[in-house]
Amino acid sequence: MSTALQAVRLTKWFGEGEARTLAVKEVSFEASFGEILYIVGPSGSGKTTLLSMISGILRPNEGQVLVEGSDLWHQSDDAIADFRLHKVGFVFQDYHLFPRLTTAENVAIPLILKQVPWNEALVRAHGFLEVVGLANKAELPPVKLSGGEQQRVAIARAIASEPDIMIFDEPTASLDGDTGRKIVSFVKEHILNARRCIVIVTHDSRIFEYADRIMNMEDGRLTGIANGGLHES
Amino acid sequence: MSRAAVPGTLKIAFKLLVNDRGKFAALLVGILFAVFLMIMMTSMFSGILKRSSATVLNVGARVWIMDPAVNNVASSIPMPDYVLDAARSIPGVKYAVPLYSSVALVKLRGGTYQAATVIGLDDASLFGRPQLLQGNIQDIYGENAFVVVKDAEFSKLGNPGLGSEFEINDHRGKIVGIAHVATSGLFGIPTLYTTYSRAVSYIPSMRYTAAFILVQPKSDAAIPAIQKAVARLGYQALTEDQFVQKVSDFYIYQTGLGTNVLLMTIISFTVGLSISAQTFYTFILENLEKFGALKAIGAKGRELVLMILFQATFTALTAYGLGVGLATLLMTVARLRLPGYAAEITYLNLVLAFVMVLVIAAISSLIGIRKVIRIEPFDIFRG
Ligand SMILES: Nc1ncnc2c1ncn2[C@@H]1O[C@H](COP(=O)(O)OP(=O)(O)OP(=O)(O)O)[C@@H](O)[C@H]1O
Ligand SMILES: [Mg+2]
Repeated sequence: MSTALQAVRLTKWFGEGEARTLAVKEVSFEASFGEILYIVGPSGSGKTTLLSMISGILRPNEGQVLVEGSDLWHQSDDAIADFRLHKVGFVFQDYHLFPRLTTAENVAIPLILKQVPWNEALVRAHGFLEVVGLANKAELPPVKLSGGEQQRVAIARAIASEPDIMIFDEPTASLDGDTGRKIVSFVKEHILNARRCIVIVTHDSRIFEYADRIMNMEDGRLTGIANGGLHES
Repeated sequence: MSRAAVPGTLKIAFKLLVNDRGKFAALLVGILFAVFLMIMMTSMFSGILKRSSATVLNVGARVWIMDPAVNNVASSIPMPDYVLDAARSIPGVKYAVPLYSSVALVKLRGGTYQAATVIGLDDASLFGRPQLLQGNIQDIYGENAFVVVKDAEFSKLGNPGLGSEFEINDHRGKIVGIAHVATSGLFGIPTLYTTYSRAVSYIPSMRYTAAFILVQPKSDAAIPAIQKAVARLGYQALTEDQFVQKVSDFYIYQTGLGTNVLLMTIISFTVGLSISAQTFYTFILENLEKFGALKAIGAKGRELVLMILFQATFTALTAYGLGVGLATLLMTVARLRLPGYAAEITYLNLVLAFVMVLVIAAISSLIGIRKVIRIEPFDIFRG
């Protein structure tokens, strides 16, 4: 398996002086194409912060994120925005779908940002909705969909940019256990491929079985990496 | 950013804006209200200004000679007769004729009194004569002959017809013609035309009688020299445009009219600005997370700025169109019901309102842009 990205001694703190909190401390790891990597740990252990640094959302104080051999955070702001647009697919915890746009238009957004012409973007959005099994809801506003369906729309939007790396923060937090499991197993079966790496932050031990590897964090530090599948919490 | 990105992101911006019906309507109403008020106020103003110069425009002389203290047509200051002779002998003057203008009391058949403007036209040339709807202009030389102007004030003389008789300053008067004029006056009283000599003899006046001297120059190039020569006499010669300007300046700066209209315009601008800026701000705030999500997905700051500018401009222009339409409609209706309704939309009014709308759009979007620029995708990501 080839390396999708490499984190080198990533460190992030918030605030200065007395108020300074160290959120992530010298975390190094590699994520490979074709794998689902979990980041787990107690609340406040720095999982979201770490995820943001490797996906081009939050600038680290120290350390590097190496993608295709170069340091992401040494590039220009525009190049970092382009990295997010072209290389990363985000599934936010509360989806952040546009209620005033149709489901298909929501999915088309990354394509439109990539300057794909409107009509073609919508056609392709329909295709991605088909992948997540929601082709029949394309013209509805997302608010008319159930929580699990909205999650799938968010996934369709994330894969619309055909990313190398997909980032999920607590994808099952607002879903019931069964729906959560279905979503993640669907992701493993249909979204993961040999050219793609998926990183999932979660608390939810019911979905651990879908992980290839599980990284444990505590107090901003990486405390261990285990193989997934039968991991007990 | 290449050109192709513009339509797609702007289409999203458009949908975000317009699909939020309630907010979009509120935005439109706010700006529409401001545009409407601004146009009504400034149109009223320009209508009134135009009317204040009605006599100047209707008489249509190229150059007017007057006492330097004259600042509107209604309160003229008569000039001694030698000024007329002097004016006629200025090189470059083709001809010069006196114009009489004063207010007289008309006693109607029912016994009621009505003030009227009396304009006396030079006997020989009838220069500045109105266009007649009925009657023959030569009849103005007949006994007690007057021509009445059929304007908004016409009915105040009891809608006289040809041959109607009345009393004017204890002389008899008779209508021999009914005239149409391009611009009605501002002063709310009817206008009568007669000859200069009859006006002078019927209406008590000072020793001096000519309110204005109307000059036709041999060419426009002669005008500056004429103005200098008249100034040497201690009087003032103004072209028609200059005179209109002088009258307008008088009403704008000396009567409080200008200040009032300015105040009202500023108020409507402020009200419109605060309504729409506020609504647009709430609109941006409500969509702030979504803009943040767009940023996280990879939209660049300038793309978001463009989206917001587009939304603000689109709203402003739509509201502008509706506001102009509404103002035009209302004025048309008002003019049908009130013949004397003065408001008039000029290009300047439209441009002024347009500029104000652009300012409203700019300020509203500026507030939104500041917010959106500052939003951190990380905060959106953390939820
Ligand atoms: N913007 C910020 N300003 C100050 N402190 C912050 C900020 N973001 C995160 N932190 C702090 O950094 C630490 C790690 O936060 P982070 O959100 O990464 O934790 P987490 O592991 O994702 O927790 P959870 O499971 O609750 O989502 C916490 O102590 C948090 O308070
Ligand atoms: Mg978190």
